[in-house]
Amino acid sequence: MSRRRHSDGDDGGQSHKRRRTSEPIEIEDRLESLICRVGEKSTSSLESNLEGLAGVLEADLPNYKNKILRILCAVARLLPEKLTVYTTLVGLLNARNYNFGGEFVEAMIRQLKETLKANLYTEALYLVRFLCDLVNCHVIAAPSMVAMFENFVSVTQEEDVPQVRSDWFVYVVLSSLPWVGKELYEKKDVEMDRLLNQIDGYLKRRLKTHVPMLQVWTAEKPHPQEEYLDCLWAQIQKLKKDRWQERHILRPYIAFDSVLCEALQHNLPPFTPPAHMPDCQYPMPRVIFRMFDYTDAPEGPVMPGSHSVERFVIEDNLHNIIKSHWKERKTCAAQLLSYPGKNKIPLNYHIVEVIFGELFQLPCPPHIDVMYTTLLIELCKLQPGSLPQVLAQATEMMYMRLDTMNTTCIDRLLNWFSHHLSNFQFRWSWDDWTDCLALDADKPKPKFVKEVLEKCMRLSYHQRIVDIVPPTFSALIPADPIFFYKYQDEANSALPGYAVAITVGNAIKNRASNEEILTVLKDVPNPNQEDDDDEGEGFNPLKIEVFLQTLLHLAAKSFSHSFSALAKFHEILKVLTDCDEGKLHILRVVYEVWRNHPQMISVLVDKLIRTQIVDCAAVANWLFSPNMAHEFTRFYVWEILHSTIRKMNKHVQKIQKELEEAKDKLERQQHKKQKDSGDEEDMEKNSEDEDGQLEEQIERLQEKVESAQSEQKNLFLVIFQRFIMMLTEHLVRCETGSVDFSTPWYKNCIERLQQIFLMHHVTIQQYMGTLENLLFTAELDHHILAVYQQFCALQL
Amino acid sequence: MSIKLNALFSDSYVDVSQYRDQHFKGNRYEQEKLLKQANTLYVGNLSFYTTEEQVYELFSKSGDVKRIIIGLDKVKKTACGFCFVEYYTRTDAENAMRFVNGTRLDDRIIRTDWDAGFKEGRQYGRGKSGGQVRDEYRQDYDPARGGYGKVVSRP
Repeated sequence: MSRRRHSDGDDGGQSHKRRRTSEPIEIEDRLESLICRVGEKSTSSLESNLEGLAGVLEADLPNYKNKILRILCAVARLLPEKLTVYTTLVGLLNARNYNFGGEFVEAMIRQLKETLKANLYTEALYLVRFLCDLVNCHVIAAPSMVAMFENFVSVTQEEDVPQVRSDWFVYVVLSSLPWVGKELYEKKDVEMDRLLNQIDGYLKRRLKTHVPMLQVWTAEKPHPQEEYLDCLWAQIQKLKKDRWQERHILRPYIAFDSVLCEALQHNLPPFTPPAHMPDCQYPMPRVIFRMFDYTDAPEGPVMPGSHSVERFVIEDNLHNIIKSHWKERKTCAAQLLSYPGKNKIPLNYHIVEVIFGELFQLPCPPHIDVMYTTLLIELCKLQPGSLPQVLAQATEMMYMRLDTMNTTCIDRLLNWFSHHLSNFQFRWSWDDWTDCLALDADKPKPKFVKEVLEKCMRLSYHQRIVDIVPPTFSALIPADPIFFYKYQDEANSALPGYAVAITVGNAIKNRASNEEILTVLKDVPNPNQEDDDDEGEGFNPLKIEVFLQTLLHLAAKSFSHSFSALAKFHEILKVLTDCDEGKLHILRVVYEVWRNHPQMISVLVDKLIRTQIVDCAAVANWLFSPNMAHEFTRFYVWEILHSTIRKMNKHVQKIQKELEEAKDKLERQQHKKQKDSGDEEDMEKNSEDEDGQLEEQIERLQEKVESAQSEQKNLFLVIFQRFIMMLTEHLVRCETGSVDFSTPWYKNCIERLQQIFLMHHVTIQQYMGTLENLLFTAELDHHILAVYQQFCALQL
Repeated sequence: MSIKLNALFSDSYVDVSQYRDQHFKGNRYEQEKLLKQANTLYVGNLSFYTTEEQVYELFSKSGDVKRIIIGLDKVKKTACGFCFVEYYTRTDAENAMRFVNGTRLDDRIIRTDWDAGFKEGRQYGRGKSGGQVRDEYRQDYDPARGGYGKVVSRP
């Protein structure tokens, strides 16, 4: 403002120059804003907004053509939920300026090549779909689109390529047909029929080993969990039968038909799919999650059938809205609820289904789990009269189907449910679930309720849980999280080590030094040794027990107290647990004292690993040990194991990063030396020293990386070996006893094995050779081997 | 190709708020810089009875928690309704700002905000009576935060 006033005064001629230099950036921002916002709620109709915007852009083309091109390419790539709005806009621009249309198509093809090279397959998909819809807007000639499709489908003829590669190209073609099938068939039906036949042949011969590993429910009823390509094929078949009549997609270009059909079309340049390279990472296959059908929405609009193309388009759009706005839950909820065409569909049901579909997606949800919880809460806030009921209905349905639900998905369900309840005063119709009380505790339903209540307790407190459930549920209420001190009172005075425990306790309270305490501990006899010929420095389980029980008892008040205690006596703990048996025993003691407080066990184990008192393999061995067999199916055990694996992975990544940074630094230093050559002797000597130091550091880091990678590999081998042993034992026992092996324990165990593969698939890929040669050999029981084979099938 | 469309993909939950710690040792610029890099969150509107365990459980949903420091009444040395949560990575803290901020803990809507980093002494309330400043002056009755504000209880 002040600038303008000033320029009206003294500057005279200069004022024009100053004003002009500040404007282009503002104009570019304004253009970006105008383009991004078109299609949002407005007082004018979409058509008049598009018309107006096309006029503005056309006028700005002489000066801002490149910027406009880049913005339009970006919205094509990043805003698939508004596809048809933008294709219409491009159509209008092409009608007004044929050259611009041509340049846009060229820019899109360039972008397509780049995204494919960069492994951005989802974005590439949206780009192709955009190009397809441009056929509807008379920007691209249908025959050239068909030619591109033919090139895509020819990938299915390639040999020695991963199946996921040809899968992707087929998916791109099929998933574009809802938009452009009609037009392409009108112009080139013979070619399109040939294409679809080729696809049909491919779909029939492709392997589907991976499917069981990705299904949320193992049961086919009431909704089969279909492989994504199979489902899409069925939907396209139906669409073809309906003669490509598709009524759900909003097509603003129809209103402009008279203008658009006057436009000249461009031909797509011939596009050869880039060849397969070893570092290509194609998207993983998926299973289509369905939990609702038309019988579930009692009143109002009917839910489109599972093989209708409407269902595909709705789900695709809802997924895209979440992808665009997941970081902003209020916006995301609002955008979901203002889905165009919402009055014709039971939108709340679609939204809930899509959200749970993502939450339960295997191997991993597209976004962090907690996002879905908060998104559902926002949706409940915006639709308090309808959405909570749908959510309750969904929860009830999922409870009813727990018997066949994948264990990993049950984990995510109970995490979501307990967190959700904590936001609504834990109000739930528990009485509706009394049927679970009659079942054995190890069956999925009572187990689920028990784990939910335990998680609820972590977010509140024990008495609260007692208060919120009916008295009949008392067997499922979690234990009161109290500490169990072995040397509690005089009644235990006969226990070995009792006296030392008292002394140690007093020593700690009186702030004795570590040396003093170690001296006190010398008096603890070693039950493992007949005669005490060594100094008692070896593994002494009783010593560990006496010290740790007492220490943790004194620090039992809170997490912080316990962490302080572990930190303060770190030295002693290191001495006591110098060997593998020591590490195992310390974990056993932690379990003994805190067995009623799994959350405390979790955080203590985490601290013990981070302070290197125990290593990751010790934790794995402990969880799989016979002592913990009775806890093996409890949720907290798997929380601990996966957390342990993640810590190991992050540790390796951290050191690898340090190594890379050191290498980069050396390179930069040497590069700089080359440039500054011809200096005095001193400087050269110094830089040589510097180089020497860095090289030494790099060597050390290299060793560290190798050691960490070896530890990581060992951890996975331990885990897999343990699984194989446990499962084989169970299967053999059942076979010899002629008993059905498929017990709840078995289902849990085999699905936990799957979970290891799925949750850490990136790391495990490195060990495929070792796994195949050492562990998952042909001699293995085929039930166990099947898990490994399904995993391999995910990326082949 | 790398145009970002700032107009659309905002991430406002992660933005720094207007609050600045008046006791911060350093200038405004330094404080801003630390806030933009912080892995630590201030958490407010807790009940006096909310435990470290509950905070751990909730905030672990966005990532591994490095440590929690419960805010204390300077005089009584009891919890006075706030805490600090420190993560190992910035990303985890950002997810807490996006998905934990504004939801309930112990039945109360809690509020999280970026913090420049815990320093000894910052675990104490800065109100005259020892608790938080906001409990000095508020007029309402909040049983989870000592009942009425101090200004109401004082004659």
